[in-house]
Amino acid sequence: MSQTFYKKGFLALAVSAALGVSAFAQADIKFGVAGPMTGANASFGEQYMRGAQAAADEINAKGGVNGEKIVLVKGDDACEPKQAVAVANRMVDQDKVAGVVGHFCSSSTIPASEVYSDAGVIAITPGSTNPAVTERGLSAMFRMCGRDDQQGIVAGDYIVDVLKGKKVAVLHDKDTYGQGLADATKAQLTKRGVTPVLYEGLTRGEKDFSAVVTKIRAAGADIVYFGGLHPEAGPLVRQLREQGLKDVKFMSDDGIVTDELVTTAGGPQYVDGVYMTFGADPRMLPESKAVVEQFRKSGYEPEGYTLYAYASVQTLAAGFTGAKSTKGEDAAKWLKANAVKTVMGEKTWDAKGDLKVSDYVVYQWDKDGKYHQLEKQK
Amino acid sequence: MDGIFLQQLINGLTLGSVYGLIAIGYTMVYGIIGMINFAHGEVYMISAYLAAISLALLAYFGIESFPLLILGTLVFTVVVTGIYGWVIERVAYKPLRNSTRLAPLISAIGISLILQNYAQISQGAKQQGVPTLLAGALKVDIGTGFVQLTYTKIFILIAAFAGMAVLTYIIKYTKLGRMCRATQQDRKMASILGINTDRVISYVFIIGAAMAALAGVLITMNYGTFDFYAGFVIGIKAFTAAVLGGIGSLPGAMLGGIILGISESLFSGLINSDYKDVFSFSLLVLILIFRPQGLLGRPLVAKV
Repeated sequence: MSQTFYKKGFLALAVSAALGVSAFAQADIKFGVAGPMTGANASFGEQYMRGAQAAADEINAKGGVNGEKIVLVKGDDACEPKQAVAVANRMVDQDKVAGVVGHFCSSSTIPASEVYSDAGVIAITPGSTNPAVTERGLSAMFRMCGRDDQQGIVAGDYIVDVLKGKKVAVLHDKDTYGQGLADATKAQLTKRGVTPVLYEGLTRGEKDFSAVVTKIRAAGADIVYFGGLHPEAGPLVRQLREQGLKDVKFMSDDGIVTDELVTTAGGPQYVDGVYMTFGADPRMLPESKAVVEQFRKSGYEPEGYTLYAYASVQTLAAGFTGAKSTKGEDAAKWLKANAVKTVMGEKTWDAKGDLKVSDYVVYQWDKDGKYHQLEKQK
Repeated sequence: MDGIFLQQLINGLTLGSVYGLIAIGYTMVYGIIGMINFAHGEVYMISAYLAAISLALLAYFGIESFPLLILGTLVFTVVVTGIYGWVIERVAYKPLRNSTRLAPLISAIGISLILQNYAQISQGAKQQGVPTLLAGALKVDIGTGFVQLTYTKIFILIAAFAGMAVLTYIIKYTKLGRMCRATQQDRKMASILGINTDRVISYVFIIGAAMAALAGVLITMNYGTFDFYAGFVIGIKAFTAAVLGGIGSLPGAMLGGIILGISESLFSGLINSDYKDVFSFSLLVLILIFRPQGLLGRPLVAKV
């Protein structure tokens, strides 16, 4: 009898020790940061990491989330849907993240978000704009950016109203994001009475688009709209210019918001005059002033999605703090009911997880290889 | 419309001649040891990095004239890439010479992964670029339209065909070429007759890598941008070109490359660019159904 007593006591001790260990380990809250850390789009992954790390450092310095320190877990999907699912599974099963900032390419975010949803992990993407990201009834999938059906309208209207495009060639990269956006822009153009003279897809990873460029020339297009990313946009605009189409305007999207566009195009002389749609520059906001200065002091310009990633970490942290929980469901519920003060201003989300207000505007690249927001039209 | 058609032909010819140059690496290695060098696309990728490094170095020493720049870059890139080719053969093929045929295939895939990751770690995952070396273009009016031919493209065509001509001369008329052909026909017999076949195989890898390096320099000049993953797509295309032209045949590689380039270009120009790869691969299937040895390949004769 006494022996069973000892056994029970030992068991209890072991259990309490195990509990103690796990309670100790829970002093950290893990956030995954997933995106293309390598591959052709790695510059966006770097923007994600820089922004997320800075936000985590700042929140940790102020006491963390419910007293727990944020630890970031990096996940590299290389903008490959298959790899994205593997990363998502690893984050959920091995790293046991509470929330995820990611992914970047919509074609990666969509399959990965299914994994997060099954595991009850909240996810917020700083950059995936395809409508399907939040249109599948997932309760804990959020966006820090707008949607392509909004972006396409802004691009289409700008082409019709400001650029006065008559013959528009619409191209895309056959990817979920690029083609989805090109379709949205095409729909808006058609609605405004401008039927594109050309609608074609390029292959990601290729560099020779001269055949398509010649086709643009044959169609006599005055504006080229490209839905896709900078590794293809750069060579495309260069080859347009090289085939003598100097006056054809080139417009693209929030997939080219990186200095690397200049590299892929072969110099600033080729990107001069390129238009693109992107959310209103968060670096101009009064809320981001201190953070932007801090980035610049460390020698890094917080371009593109850096502040989006920063705001995404802030949002996750606010969700967990507000809900006083580590469950993704609770944080999601809280975020849908409350506004969050982020580095990009105060943000609110609707029941799907989309931002209630999107703020797409048009930017233009200049001859020095920098982009700046154009004056609000209308 | 004539101008447009001609332009598409030229687009395809430039693209195809570059495919052809890379296809030579596949076809020569196959011809001599009967194996596909899956690391060849990565050799091309490495050469693109080397070209950029060499351009930066030459610019650092204040060399600005185009002929000197391009000559220096070509020599540097071809030599160093040739060394890469030699090392790949030493590491991935030679130790496995007498093992099963599939073993070197796997080790080549391993080398390809190593090279990709090596470039990624040492040079960063970012897109790399070189400035435009040869600006300007030739504009020819034809009927209702015009053909725009950049100087870079003209240079590519000339350099690619010159490279091909030099290689053909080497294989046909030099001692090295005779050794290569003998080894290709019958390795055992060649070695009995006093040819150091191991060394010949090394030479073949070096020549293949050198041709890939030529392509690397030309492509880097033309498109100005590349990354550590650049070898994959173009490697697949060049391999296709080699099979199309008849793997093992030197002129076949060049012909296959040009046919592939032109068919891609014309199909996307005249019909739709979405399905250009579908078209080129259907073409490949068709040709292989009717000529399994490829366009210029020799039918396989069972050795007795």
